[in-house]
Amino acid sequence: MADITVRVQTQAFDAAAEIARLTAGRADIGALVTFTGLCRDEGGRLAALELEHYPGMAEEEISRVAQEAARRWPIFAATAIHRTGKIAPGEPIVFVATTSAHRAAAFAAAEFLMDFLKTRAPFWKKEHARDGSAGDWVEAKDADDAALERWR
Amino acid sequence: MKAVYFAWVRERIGKADEEIAPPGEVRTVGELVGWLAAQGEGYAYAFENPKLIRVALDRVHARPDAPIAGAREAAFFPPMTGG
Repeated sequence: MADITVRVQTQAFDAAAEIARLTAGRADIGALVTFTGLCRDEGGRLAALELEHYPGMAEEEISRVAQEAARRWPIFAATAIHRTGKIAPGEPIVFVATTSAHRAAAFAAAEFLMDFLKTRAPFWKKEHARDGSAGDWVEAKDADDAALERWR
Repeated sequence: MKAVYFAWVRERIGKADEEIAPPGEVRTVGELVGWLAAQGEGYAYAFENPKLIRVALDRVHARPDAPIAGAREAAFFPPMTGG
């Protein structure tokens, strides 16, 4: 059974601490893949992104995706941390880490987790513009749906 | 059943959650969306394009043809944009 950790939180996360927790005292891990998603300013237009989520379901849905990744690839662990609330450009939003004996499984599981997290985990981004204008909700991208097709 | 709304669905309806009592002939997720759309101006706006509405029953994604019988919580929201 893979060790799956999922957290939704407002505060920033410590990627180094998460990595240390996955690797401490182990000699069987040959590959650690991490991904960090950051808030972009969209060419200077944005002051912040505000992330809303469905408490309970957000954690459960990410866990379901992580468990599916663990069924598909021989990973030891998967960690996913997603922030909510107001996040400024340059700040991290999401963190994913996977460990395995070999890199192929760790890379694939991390990418699978991010692809499905984006389209299945109940989070929504609202833009706050630098000019103070009322924010729009970010629209889902067709490219994100297309990214899922290769995993079928 | 409890209805919960997120993102622009919540903003258009003007509330985050409420108790709803759809009539017995409302049997599926799709029929529930259609019934909600007829509950007032904000609801009509929120559900004007049913293709953009995602629904979860008791915190699990549900397709439009899924039966709603037995569900305690139905959530309505736009396509997700996390990550």
